[in-house]
Amino acid sequence: MTGKIRSVSELHEFQASLKEELQGDRTVITLCAGPGCAASGADNVAKAFRKHIEEMGLTDQVTFKCTGCHGFCALAPVVAIDPAGYCYEGVKQADVKDILERTIIGGEVIEKLLYVDPETGEPVLYEKDIPFYKHQDRILLAENRQIDPDRLEDFLAIDGYSALAKVLDEMSSEDVIQAILDSGLRGRGGAGFPTGLKWQIAHQQTAEPKYIVCNADEGDPGAFMDRGIIEGNPHRVIEGMCIGARAIGANQGFVYVRYEYPIAVQRINQAVDQAREAGLLGENILGSDFSFDLKVVMGAGAFVCGEETALIASLEGKKGEPVQRPPFPVESGYRGKPTVINNVESWTCVPHVIGKGAEWFSSIGSEGSKGTKIFSLVGKVKNTGLVEVPMGTTIRKIVYDIGGGVPNGKSFKAIQTGGPAGGCLPEDLIDLPIDFEALTKAGTIMGSGGLIVMDESTCMVDVARYFTRFLEEESCGKCYSCRKGTQRMRELLDDICEGKGTLDHLDLLEELGETVNNASMCGLGQNAANPVLSTLRYFRHEYEAHITEHRCSAGVCAALIRYFIQEELCDGCHACSKVCPVEAISGEKDLEHEIDPDVCITCGSCIEVCPTDAIIIVSGSGEEA
Amino acid sequence: MKLISLNINGLPVEVEEGTTLLEAARAYGVNIPTLCHDDGLSSYGACRLCVVEIGPPGKSKMVSSCTYRCEDGLEVRTHSAKIMKTRAMMLELLVSSSPQSKTIQDLASAHGMTKQRFRPEHEDCILCGLCIRMCAEQMMSSAIGFVGRGPNRRITTAFDEVSEVCRRCGGCMYICPVCMSRCHGPDEEATLCNACLNFSPSCVAVYDDVQCWMPPECGTCVRPEGDYLPATGRLATEES
Ligand SMILES: Cc1cc2nc3c(=O)[nH]c(=O)nc-3n(C[C@H](O)[C@H](O)[C@H](O)COP(=O)(O)O)c2cc1C
Ligand code: SF4
Ligand code: SF4
Ligand code: SF4
Ligand code: SF4
Ligand code: FES
Ligand code: FES
Repeated sequence: MTGKIRSVSELHEFQASLKEELQGDRTVITLCAGPGCAASGADNVAKAFRKHIEEMGLTDQVTFKCTGCHGFCALAPVVAIDPAGYCYEGVKQADVKDILERTIIGGEVIEKLLYVDPETGEPVLYEKDIPFYKHQDRILLAENRQIDPDRLEDFLAIDGYSALAKVLDEMSSEDVIQAILDSGLRGRGGAGFPTGLKWQIAHQQTAEPKYIVCNADEGDPGAFMDRGIIEGNPHRVIEGMCIGARAIGANQGFVYVRYEYPIAVQRINQAVDQAREAGLLGENILGSDFSFDLKVVMGAGAFVCGEETALIASLEGKKGEPVQRPPFPVESGYRGKPTVINNVESWTCVPHVIGKGAEWFSSIGSEGSKGTKIFSLVGKVKNTGLVEVPMGTTIRKIVYDIGGGVPNGKSFKAIQTGGPAGGCLPEDLIDLPIDFEALTKAGTIMGSGGLIVMDESTCMVDVARYFTRFLEEESCGKCYSCRKGTQRMRELLDDICEGKGTLDHLDLLEELGETVNNASMCGLGQNAANPVLSTLRYFRHEYEAHITEHRCSAGVCAALIRYFIQEELCDGCHACSKVCPVEAISGEKDLEHEIDPDVCITCGSCIEVCPTDAIIIVSGSGEEA
Repeated sequence: MKLISLNINGLPVEVEEGTTLLEAARAYGVNIPTLCHDDGLSSYGACRLCVVEIGPPGKSKMVSSCTYRCEDGLEVRTHSAKIMKTRAMMLELLVSSSPQSKTIQDLASAHGMTKQRFRPEHEDCILCGLCIRMCAEQMMSSAIGFVGRGPNRRITTAFDEVSEVCRRCGGCMYICPVCMSRCHGPDEEATLCNACLNFSPSCVAVYDDVQCWMPPECGTCVRPEGDYLPATGRLATEES
């Protein structure tokens, strides 16, 4: 970096020279080093690339970069080759030399590294043709693939900080707020509050100083949208925050990141330092009269600290516990001063809205929910990863067209949205468009964008119990309704899963669930019964089967299932009796074997080793589960 | 001082800005049950018994009246069917977990509760936080506070050690709605029973073998000055 950029025109000149230098006509090899790919050995692949490029004397011809998550983590580690647009999946250290020799020098495609479309059985040459990507509209995530998050230069080369420059150069606070209002941007952290309105209220406050906060607490298990952005494109978040600060008149901001994200913490800290050094943060940004600085604060890892009032308490060094709103943080937040809190993804949308215009943004999405939304698609789906689609995209499109459907020939049963305090939707609702209104109406929430696909092997009572237990443990414990209510709901669910439930349990669950949601103070308690209420609404028959027939059709609830050997299929090979840890299986060699249900601990070892698939799980009055 | 006009149970009312819904309702003679509120202490919002409905029917939401401040034009219902049902469920939860509290039993009776459906527990603390506020706001001590979350939440002194700032005033126990069960009053014959002298307090079991979080040498609630064994914190009469 060449010291401070002192004006908007200097920024534009610098961007132009970087574009020339970095892009030109070089071949660019992009290795994903995001969380999924790093876990699959991306680090060693990176080392191999660096070593071989050097050794083969390709440094003048080839740019190699490591980036944040590309999205399709199921293919990890992923390598993209530009400008050709090829995508190689599952790249190992040993493939590196091959790629350089054959693809880079020889111009040939290595077929075994291509993604094979399971529909057609054909390898897919270009990344853009892979169904997972083809059906998405990647605006925020597309940038991850273009930049090395360790380098500010890469970000500047894709016109980074141009939106901030535009704001400083030609827009008043009111113009910025109007643009955000017109865009229809709603908060991506869960509640979907209109971002422009929040800023407008903050702008109108007379108290000084004002603060802004980026909420990167992301405590939902399985969700990693915000992590994907911060690790892959930290400067976009900083740019968004600068614009927000300018709009409301703040000079100090905070990024609140959970400490379980050490790479995100390191990246954002590094990016803040880079931005400060380049004059994009600090006094008189780009030579203007606007001064703004950022501090990165680590959260202590409690789910509830993502709630905005708890987050502020935590920032102030107090116990992370929600308090009554109003007053809302925009009126009285950090140290009692007006504070705008927005989610990582919300901040990331801001420069795009300013750069491409409010009209462009509001042309994407559905009636009441504009723009794209990033989802983390996980669970029983073939293509797991980060998915970005316009608001209002149907569940079907996400699960089937993008996600490739349910693996192993199983059938789709439900999808859980909104994180732990969200709800489960059944197959009937597969054509539901996902936006704020539609999800709320269906009894669940958008949350921050977690999507967990469940198949026939998932027991919905068990799912409700799992999430309820999570919420019981993560409740701050202040509201008796939330703390005691989640405990009591979990106890009732335990009873049902253990075959001790009665039909009265269901009425009590419903009554209690309503009280928990109605009477609690913050968003955690107010949604804590969603897992229970939504599964009761759509899967009541499963609860009833557990109670009246002692039947768990998914074969999950240990107390309600039995392992059973079908005589006609059993060869008497002893495979099962050898692995059974409790000697529950009896039978002479070559004669049919039998499992004593009183001894069996339902560990499932036998079913895995039986060569003739003679062992099945039965539940209730003996039907196969 | 600015006046705020709102509507409580159909009655137009006017209060000073900053008044809570609970204060406004009480000023106009509407009784809302509370468990974690005390007029001399700040509001906290833990017990959720004081919930009321705000907003027009159909679009209403529930808030705790002890923490929610009056707003111009607000429509408030303190005893709607929905509220009564919610309060009944809150009481059912409370009674099932802390049946030994006379305060809670009294509230349950007042609400006509005749059955409870959960597995009975005996919790000595409902985590209402009254003791913490009493200690901080009236005794200026801040000797005790909450730690942990979810099922691990509890009240204790800093680092679980004998507090150096505790004044041994007993204010915390005085205000506790669950400890209050320890006094059952004298029996029918007597006017003075002194049973409490031989009774261990039934509130939180946090500090060693003593049943409250206060250091062993305290015992303010159960004995006259000096009549205790500092080493164990038990009463002399128990020791033999
Ligand atoms: C229990 C709970 C957890 C939350 N966790 C997060 C979180 O991890 N990240 C986040 O951005 N918002 C979270 N929120 C929402 C925040 O309170 C707040 O609404 C949001 O950060 C505002 O930003 P937005 O308007 O951009 O969505 C959480 C809310 C609740 C009730
Ligand atoms: S609803 Fe739950 S998490 Fe929220 S303040 Fe109340 S107890 Fe804490
Ligand atoms: S499920 Fe486990 S315990 Fe039961 S019979 Fe099979 S191996 Fe034995
Ligand atoms: S006895 Fe100690 S802890 Fe209790 S209120 Fe008094 S000073 Fe606080
Ligand atoms: S000890 Fe008593 S006053 Fe203190 S929180 Fe528990 S129940 Fe409330
Ligand atoms: S981490 Fe590499 S594609 Fe997601
Ligand atoms: S009195 Fe208001 S919540 Fe307890």
